[in-house]
Amino acid sequence: MIVAEQKPIEEIKGYLAGHKRILVLGCGTCVTVCLAGGEREVATLASILRLSSDSEVIENTIERQCDAEFFDAIKDQAASCDAILSMACGVGVQMVAKIFPDKPIYPALNTMFCGTNDGAGQWSENCLACGDCKLGIFGGVCPVTRCSKSLLNGPCGGSVDGKCEVDPENIECGWQLIYDRLKTLGRLDVLLENAAPRDWSRTHDGGPRRLSREDVAGL
Amino acid sequence: MADNVYKSGSNLEKVLCRGEFAVTAELGPPKSADLEVINKKVNLLKGWVDAVNITDNQTAIVRVSSIAAGKLILDLGLEPIIQMTCRDRNRLSIQSDILGAYLLGIRNILCLTGDHQSCGNHPTAKHVFDIDSIQLIQIVKNMRDEKVFACGEEIKDSKKAEVKEPRMFIGGAANPFADPFEFRVIRLRRKVNAGVDFIQTQCVYDIDRFKNWMEEVRDNGLHKKCRILAGVTPLKSVGMAKYMRDQVAGVTVPDYYIEKIAKAKDPKAEGIKICVEQIQQLRQTEGVAGVHIMAIGWEEKVPEIVQRAGLRN
Repeated sequence: MIVAEQKPIEEIKGYLAGHKRILVLGCGTCVTVCLAGGEREVATLASILRLSSDSEVIENTIERQCDAEFFDAIKDQAASCDAILSMACGVGVQMVAKIFPDKPIYPALNTMFCGTNDGAGQWSENCLACGDCKLGIFGGVCPVTRCSKSLLNGPCGGSVDGKCEVDPENIECGWQLIYDRLKTLGRLDVLLENAAPRDWSRTHDGGPRRLSREDVAGL
Repeated sequence: MADNVYKSGSNLEKVLCRGEFAVTAELGPPKSADLEVINKKVNLLKGWVDAVNITDNQTAIVRVSSIAAGKLILDLGLEPIIQMTCRDRNRLSIQSDILGAYLLGIRNILCLTGDHQSCGNHPTAKHVFDIDSIQLIQIVKNMRDEKVFACGEEIKDSKKAEVKEPRMFIGGAANPFADPFEFRVIRLRRKVNAGVDFIQTQCVYDIDRFKNWMEEVRDNGLHKKCRILAGVTPLKSVGMAKYMRDQVAGVTVPDYYIEKIAKAKDPKAEGIKICVEQIQQLRQTEGVAGVHIMAIGWEEKVPEIVQRAGLRN
């Protein structure tokens, strides 16, 4: 899922200063699951904003802010407000801006990464959405994401006791994980070959990416 | 031997080809536009080493560029090994810098991944890491031996022009002390497969572990496919020894060295003594072709270390 966290409250208040009627809009998908921008978080943030300003604050949560079809239900509500505070990820915020071209729209969250839930209140990054998945050769551990340098021929000299020198307390060495997995699988032979430089054009470096699928478009 | 039998013709390559025990040192360019720093360090090292590594924004701290400093050093009569990291340049910039360095007379390059920028003085910078050190070695090798760029195009100015390739003696780093230990020799083999000519290791304090690593290196025949220079760094004080042990990832300092320096009346002299002994032990190790002395901020001690280790008179 896309993992996000709420921005500092002072930053949010700064955006909203001067607005009279604000819609706090939650999203029912990823940010609900990671407890950053679902119905519950909308209620909490709306209460805080009501207590700290004279503005009128209304609230709502739609199923997905990244999909235009879910916005019909809030059109009237949005029209009655002079600003929208989106509690979705950056994708949702931009969709709100597109749907309501004449409304000021502000983000309440910082979008962090595509990651996993590692237990109560813990999330970690696992996928950079690079567009050229190599997990099949690296034992199911992504070197592009889990190595701080994205090395395809790691590990570098900064790997000690399974930890990355960038932050030994908190970052595991992705390459130690790759090594351990392949060892368990009896496939260390995979690591004898040098991996060629990546094709970064499939990543954001090739410009904003689009995906068109004729098989779906024709339906 | 005629010059054309060499890959690059650098002094370091010739010394290693002759089977002499090579001595390299490290010269960190200044953190300012101060030529005197370079002149001073060259004067300290000249005549004592076969070549000197010019670091490339080491520990992710901005310094005079390794190629520019390398050219200055070359003009002062010392042979440079320019270090090149993958942190600050993409494959275009790397190849254009290699062409430029070659035209400036530089013949040795050490291919490194590069320290992460979080270690340095611009921790908010964007890093590049378009390629990694193994891929960099392969690119420099292909430029020299296949006479092609990374994209496969021939290295010539136009269709009708002559091919003019940069011919570098290619170095890489190896760390016998980082983890996973069993994978370190495999990774060295991958550097050999990519085309590395010489290796400089992370500084060795734990001689036993280093010897274990060298044994595995020899079992794989890698010491015959590339020349291995063992890295050493003299310890200046107990504080530095502890710092190296605790704070530098991939460096281990056995406690007996720390105790030795702690007990010494003159810790600096003890540090030099230990370093000299280490060099002598490393020289006895089969497959070690030379020593790389990284006397960080202590370049003035290199001549004494070299002399006392019996490497030069």
